[in-house]
Amino acid sequence: MGAVFRAKREAVADRSATDRLRHRQKIRSSIRENIADIIAEESIIGRSGDRVIKVPIRGIKEYRFVYGENQPGVAEGATGDTKRGDVVGPRSKDGGRPKPGEAGQEPGVDYYETEVSLDELIDIMFEDLELPDLERKQLAAIESLRLTKRKGFRSVGLRVRLDRRRTIREKIRRVRARKKSSSDPGLATVEEREPFHQSDLRYRHRTVEIHKTSNAVVLCIMDTSGSMDVVKKYLARSFFFLLYQFVARRYEAVEVVFIAHDVEAKEVTEDEFFHKGEAGGTFVSSGYRKALDTIADRYHPQLWNIYAFHCSDGDNFGSDNAAAIAAVKDLCAVANLVGYGEIKPRGAGYYGSSLLETFQQIDVENFQTVLIERKEDVWPSFRALLGKDRSDS
Amino acid sequence: MTVDLEELRRYEERIHEIALRYGLDCFDQEFEICDHEDMIGYMAYSGMPSHYPHWSYGKSHERLKTLYDHGVHGLPYEMVINSDPSLAYLMGDNSTCLNVLTIAHVYGHNDFFKNNFTFKSTRPEHTISAFKSHADRVRRYVEDPSIGIDRVEGLLDSAHALAFQCRRNLAVKKSSRSEQTRRLFDAATPRRDPYRDIHPTPDYVEPDLRRIPLEPDEDLLLFIRDYNPYLADWERDLLTIVHEETGYFLPQIETKIMNEGWASYWHYQIMTHLDLPPDLRIEFMVHHNQVLSAAPGSLNPYRLGFAIWNRIYRDIEGDAPPDHSERTAGRDALFAVRESDRDQSFLRRFLDERLMRELGLFEYSQQKDEVVVSEISDSEGWKRTKETLLANVGAASIPVIKVEDADYGDTRTLLLRHYHEGRDLELDYTERTLAYAFRLWERPVVLETLLGGKATTLRFDHDGFVMKELV
Repeated sequence: MGAVFRAKREAVADRSATDRLRHRQKIRSSIRENIADIIAEESIIGRSGDRVIKVPIRGIKEYRFVYGENQPGVAEGATGDTKRGDVVGPRSKDGGRPKPGEAGQEPGVDYYETEVSLDELIDIMFEDLELPDLERKQLAAIESLRLTKRKGFRSVGLRVRLDRRRTIREKIRRVRARKKSSSDPGLATVEEREPFHQSDLRYRHRTVEIHKTSNAVVLCIMDTSGSMDVVKKYLARSFFFLLYQFVARRYEAVEVVFIAHDVEAKEVTEDEFFHKGEAGGTFVSSGYRKALDTIADRYHPQLWNIYAFHCSDGDNFGSDNAAAIAAVKDLCAVANLVGYGEIKPRGAGYYGSSLLETFQQIDVENFQTVLIERKEDVWPSFRALLGKDRSDS
Repeated sequence: MTVDLEELRRYEERIHEIALRYGLDCFDQEFEICDHEDMIGYMAYSGMPSHYPHWSYGKSHERLKTLYDHGVHGLPYEMVINSDPSLAYLMGDNSTCLNVLTIAHVYGHNDFFKNNFTFKSTRPEHTISAFKSHADRVRRYVEDPSIGIDRVEGLLDSAHALAFQCRRNLAVKKSSRSEQTRRLFDAATPRRDPYRDIHPTPDYVEPDLRRIPLEPDEDLLLFIRDYNPYLADWERDLLTIVHEETGYFLPQIETKIMNEGWASYWHYQIMTHLDLPPDLRIEFMVHHNQVLSAAPGSLNPYRLGFAIWNRIYRDIEGDAPPDHSERTAGRDALFAVRESDRDQSFLRRFLDERLMRELGLFEYSQQKDEVVVSEISDSEGWKRTKETLLANVGAASIPVIKVEDADYGDTRTLLLRHYHEGRDLELDYTERTLAYAFRLWERPVVLETLLGGKATTLRFDHDGFVMKELV
């Protein structure tokens, strides 16, 4: 008997769609768990949102009982010249080439590179963060959310919103009602095409809903003095980049103010803040004073929720410390939260002073400090300041 | 799709005829024409037309697709399912020559599936319907509102982790409880001692028949299914399904080298006797050499198997090109080996020093950050290289772990023992796999093994993982 040849069956192409989706979901949660490592990758800092970035993540492993990796194996391709002790190559983490029909049982280390847009990544990151202690202030006039919502049906409306189902239902209802009420039995037997009436038409009705929340302003204060070297600036900017992305994404109308300071402080644009270098000594208090001035000018504490975050290497002129403490206290009095991040890269040598110690004297609930030593610390310290579970830290 | 079905059909008839003349004994064969997207889809599910859903197959699909899209490697020419009738896929995008080659190759696999002893337990007439039934059952549990995808997936994750901890040689029947009892009594009864006059007879010790299992049990999933009374029916069913699918794949893992070598041997014999037009003949030789090319730093099972099958024949019949139309001692030897061996015995019996040197087999090991040649196939090194190869072939690459006691320390703790034969377990994987075992057993799980030469117990219970070195 000859073999049977069959053309392809229908609908086999996408049968793995659900399994692929489940896999993607697993990857997404894996990204969430490893976010600190991903944030530490320099590539994402300061890039525009719709860019697609490649995130190397460990694949979702399937665990089994396997032998350790250091076991010897056998390969082919030795020639007459091959001797014991020849180096074949670098130690590889790859589990070998898959072959057809094999129920892949070699463990290997699955590295999986997936494409995620920066937007998606940031969404995942900020899922469970929010500005702490957002209070209701007077004149809560900021639109935080604008969306259109379905709100029933109407007999007048735009053509595009015609709801055919309901319209036909209305028509059937009308025709039935007429037949029933009609005393003429002959009418019911005549099957005529029944035209639509103006009164049958139903349109979906939509209203615009505006959620109003309180006004909020976030003040980003960065030390740009000479002692802030490339590494420190990078860490500080990473922190502010996260902060800015977070605020811009979650709170549509929150205002952000950028203040850069060395011995003097000035308000700068976003671009200058993230990309320009400065030099000079450090008066930390100048940054805080500038923030206070800005608040006095434009953001009255009774009307605004105020958040101020400051990053510095803590290398302040000793004479300024008292002024700095006073300024922080003033700032705390008007702000919902004041955060201070001290940037001290490990092994970078001796530091004259640390503001962390100085600031320990400040015992105010809404003043928080974090220490950032490496790029891996940026995300945890960010979470420490803004996470819902902040009270634990 | 450019495939000319009529042309393929004509070739297939001739191939089939030659295969029969050469003595191949095959199931009926069905071919399905598909495109490369379908092929990736089938590969992700091991070729099965229907298969239960699980995210790992989605992962496999994405991986295959990524590798294919980036041209890391192409798709296989052949994908055959061990079923009766046998089912194989041909890609419409492939050239005629490649599809003809595939058809010849497929008949080799088909014969192997039908005749090799390891496949006797797979019941090929039920393959497709069994996988379909598994798929339907799993989907039903997923759709059941009282179960749902998350719990089904969780259970499958755990079951997959332990799936390959099962009996290796399915041709040997599992001994029943009464047989095990008899063996226990046998072992407990003292031997007749010729020196009984000068040497006291040891006392008869009543064997403990309440112990479960009586003899160490290698089928972890089945054991948990049968002895964890708290599992729901759907959970037991899922464990059965996963165990049965392993039973289907195990023979293929155990005969990878033989099977691929066998199919390559016969496609070569058939194709060279097919009177192909010259251009197809040249194209065939190119593909054939590709399939059988050495993979330096790795091991191509097609090449290794092909070389051994050739050697078996030539050792009997000499180096002249074989004509398999007639029964010869050489042909009989080939058929006998394909029936009674698997990779372990196949390599042990027929892979000798000369062949290993010809193939350039060497042993490598990892030293610091480099992979180094640690042994080569010369007169001193070939035996060790061969032993290392055997330790990595088929199911020998999976650690043997058996259930020793279901009531360890009278606490319903599951005691597992790793039968250590020189290789330590990977600790991270072991910890996580124990976590899965704990999830299924729902009571503490203890594994005894050797780590760095020291007896060690690894325990996973409600408080997590604990590792203890035994003094």
